[in-house]
Amino acid sequence: MTERELPPVTALAMASLTLIVAGGIYLSAHLPQHVSLVPAVVLLVGSALLLFINLALLARVQDFAWDRFFEVAKWSLLAYAIIAGMIEYAFVRDHLHGGALVVLTLSLVIFAVHVPTLVGFTVARYAEPAAVGKRAAA
Amino acid sequence: MAGVATTAPGVKPHTEAPPHPIQIPEFEIVPRRGLPIVAVALVLLIVAIAVNKLWPLEFFHVAGGAAWTIIDLFLGLILGPIMGRLSVPARIEFTTRLMPKMLLIMPTVVTMTLAAGWQLSTKLGTNLTSYPNHGWVVASFIVVGVMSVLALGLLEPANIAVLCELKKPRPNPEVIERLMKRFIYCAGILGAMQVATLVIMTKLASG
Repeated sequence: MTERELPPVTALAMASLTLIVAGGIYLSAHLPQHVSLVPAVVLLVGSALLLFINLALLARVQDFAWDRFFEVAKWSLLAYAIIAGMIEYAFVRDHLHGGALVVLTLSLVIFAVHVPTLVGFTVARYAEPAAVGKRAAA
Repeated sequence: MAGVATTAPGVKPHTEAPPHPIQIPEFEIVPRRGLPIVAVALVLLIVAIAVNKLWPLEFFHVAGGAAWTIIDLFLGLILGPIMGRLSVPARIEFTTRLMPKMLLIMPTVVTMTLAAGWQLSTKLGTNLTSYPNHGWVVASFIVVGVMSVLALGLLEPANIAVLCELKKPRPNPEVIERLMKRFIYCAGILGAMQVATLVIMTKLASG
């Protein structure tokens, strides 16, 4: 099978998820002490940067099955938005507030966007782009 | 697999008739009949967290955790190697029956275990730095974190991509082979990591 040249979406997404998971572990490992948010913010910014780089690299791919990508990603987004919403509910229920709540909420946003992007990419990379399908049918 | 011809090793193919294409059973990528069960489980989980009583939280954490650990161990260390040795038609039939169910079961049991577990530890104070076994609790966060990244980044996308490939009129066997390998290796690593979870959780339970 000849593999198409595609950006390293999976590797970047896993690195991004690793950073927000590390930030979450750092904050939860120090409860109930008020620790510096700087390490968690640095990890969050790094994770967000990787998300934006991933989306930018993906947007530049030519002849990609975007219809398939969005079809799969939108349903994954719904599922992960529900999961992220439940985790957010648990944070608020436990009276988490201030900077820690902001960092963890933004981490959940990255999680809820990056995982569906990855799922959509993994499916679409093996799908035939709509334009190619139309050309083949013609 | 539609349009893909295979023969068992050591068996001479019949020359007079073309080999039968592999049949793919009809299946749903996400089994819709299971969605109400998932919805009920998640609503009960929210109620358990909201009422914040010991028994419902213990139930969701222990029942969800047991299911998660057992499924990962069984899939990674028993079923995974068996799947790897099955013939292509048998593997495809098994995959189309197992993987859609996994797509609903795993996110549900993982969410149940982690959400109820966090609320339980908040209620009991076991996630505080003052807890004597705090190091073990942090170790469990790290193990769960690594498992989550592997499951979300590699396992689940591979699972969905295999099912989408099998839904095509002419699936590509190389794509399925590659994604199934990723799934089986990942399940093996997660199974091994569940042994670490068992060590940590039994240590925490025994004080």
